[in-house]
Amino acid sequence: MMTPVLQVENLVKRYGDVEAVRGVSFSVEEGEVFGLLGPNGAGKTSTIEVLEGLRVADGGRATVCGLDPQKNPNELKNEIGATLQATSLPDKLRVSEAIRLFASFYKRTRNPDELLKRFGLEEKRHSFYNQLSGGQKQRLALAMALVNDPRVLFLDEPTAGLDPQVRREIYVIIEELKREKKTIVLTTHYIEEAEKLCDRVAIIDHGKLIASGTPRELKQRSGDTTRVEVRLAKPAAKEALSKLEGVADALEVDGAYVLHCQRTAPAIVSLVKYLEAQGNELVSLEIATPSLEDVFIELTGRRLRD
Amino acid sequence: MKTILTLAAVRIRITLRNKTFLFFSLIMPLAIFFLYGSVFAKGKPEAVAYLMGPILSFTVMGTFWGLSMQLVTWREQGILRRFRLAPIAASSMIVSSILANYLLILPTVIFELLLARFIYHVTTFGNLISVFVLVILGITAFGAMGLVVASVTNTMQETQIINQLLWFALIFLSGATVPLAVLPHMVQRIGLFLPATYFVYGLQRAMLADAHLYTLGTVVFSLIAWAALASFISSQLFRWEPEAKLPRNAKLWAVATILPFVLLGIWENHNGKLLATAAYMMEGRPTENTPPADKR
Ligand SMILES: Nc1ncnc2c1ncn2[C@@H]1O[C@H](COP(=O)(O)OP(=O)(O)OP(=O)(O)O)[C@@H](O)[C@H]1O
Ligand SMILES: [Mg+2]
Repeated sequence: MMTPVLQVENLVKRYGDVEAVRGVSFSVEEGEVFGLLGPNGAGKTSTIEVLEGLRVADGGRATVCGLDPQKNPNELKNEIGATLQATSLPDKLRVSEAIRLFASFYKRTRNPDELLKRFGLEEKRHSFYNQLSGGQKQRLALAMALVNDPRVLFLDEPTAGLDPQVRREIYVIIEELKREKKTIVLTTHYIEEAEKLCDRVAIIDHGKLIASGTPRELKQRSGDTTRVEVRLAKPAAKEALSKLEGVADALEVDGAYVLHCQRTAPAIVSLVKYLEAQGNELVSLEIATPSLEDVFIELTGRRLRD
Repeated sequence: MKTILTLAAVRIRITLRNKTFLFFSLIMPLAIFFLYGSVFAKGKPEAVAYLMGPILSFTVMGTFWGLSMQLVTWREQGILRRFRLAPIAASSMIVSSILANYLLILPTVIFELLLARFIYHVTTFGNLISVFVLVILGITAFGAMGLVVASVTNTMQETQIINQLLWFALIFLSGATVPLAVLPHMVQRIGLFLPATYFVYGLQRAMLADAHLYTLGTVVFSLIAWAALASFISSQLFRWEPEAKLPRNAKLWAVATILPFVLLGIWENHNGKLLATAAYMMEGRPTENTPPADKR
């Protein structure tokens, strides 16, 4: 078996009293797209920036391409590319100057002009950085992350704050990189992003890795069920709801009830009958196939995005 | 080395596109040049020659503004952390910023000398080699001081406040605005603790008395010591991220940059002839056989 490109064992990161990462372990194989999925403050950025060598871990071990981020920072930096969550470039730096400048720092480089072309920044090449839109800045960040033809790519919330159309453009780019067999570690709190792009996903919450696997494996945890989410006029006992015909289990999440149903139609019929008997009313009803969100809800009793 | 040059070139380009910089490094020095030349010196060549020291000092000392502001903004906005993702050493960041500063300031200095020559008909600038060595040392020393300020502060506002304080001390107590010789005696003695005083004095001696570098020993060595110490400390305190903790004794380190001048100030206050020479130069007898102040 090949050794993984990236190995994390029992990683711990603290900021004063805050334990941001509390013993996270995972590994990523060459060519894999690995997602860290979790809500705000889960510790995604802290984890990924330890791997990039930007932050120092307080415990555990991490190797990237066989290198220790703290002991061999320069070798490591030649092997990785990254987009950061909180970063910027000088306002008055032009797009083409930025990518050329960063290309000049590395031993191995890709043609900056080709990268700009590929990321649709050709006609913006003479623009100043502060004249770019959010999506253009993100595309420039991606182009710059590739300028050293890295073995491993770290993308920290690559689509945060972008509108849906731009987000889809970024997805296309990441899928292309995936076809090129780049190893990618990305963080996100968008379910569909994790499901769509990642070969494997680790769900992380409060600094702990609470589940990991392929999106399919993770979803199978909720069995072969359908998700029915209802809002009711009056509160109901979830124990009663979970005993209805066709329902596997019921959870209460933020005032709504999520029922996992083996058989959807009988479940809905029995639910309506039950509500009628209770003098309760249905405010809304939604049926969906289970997503990673359900996995998260099941594990934490909370939604991913609040 | 290639990295440093590339970085310096990019810094120069960015800086030239920045209006604040143009103000501090071109508009303000030139405004001071014409104010001194036309108003204070009334356009008289000897008087302008006497004021060239203070004028050039303003230009050179002003560099610490640009350097400290750039460093603190780059750190605050997360620009430095993007650089840190690439294989770049902190020293490359520091050296490139000081290098860029030479190339940005030297043209202004030369421009001012040319203006003095052709507008105010100043015929001699004394020992030009001494002048340029002092200017180079000054850019390094004051620039590195700016980097130290940017390293011990966390935000733009803090940097601005400290810069203002330093700036007023530097320009008002050093003889750069009011000649040292006419300042109250107390202020003169305090001025002897400031690097700027030696810088202004050294430039004036070089220009008015044709002073060679070796006769300016005290000035040159104190500036070298200061430039070296400030550069060393700025590299020790350099931070890529605002959150990065400063070493506990960072403020002490910063204070250490003043150390050579405290010693020099004490010594000069007791034994020195700087004040006497400064008074002498002001009386306008700038000849090579002035008091033996610099010949010790
Ligand atoms: N520099 C810092 N100083 C102090 N606390 C920090 C720092 N960076 C992060 N934290 C704290 O550590 C925890 C984890 O933060 P982190 O940025 O790793 O989360 P995240 O999963 O990336 O969140 P988000 O989705 O909002 O980006 C949070 O509680 C945060 O407040
Ligand atoms: Mg984050």
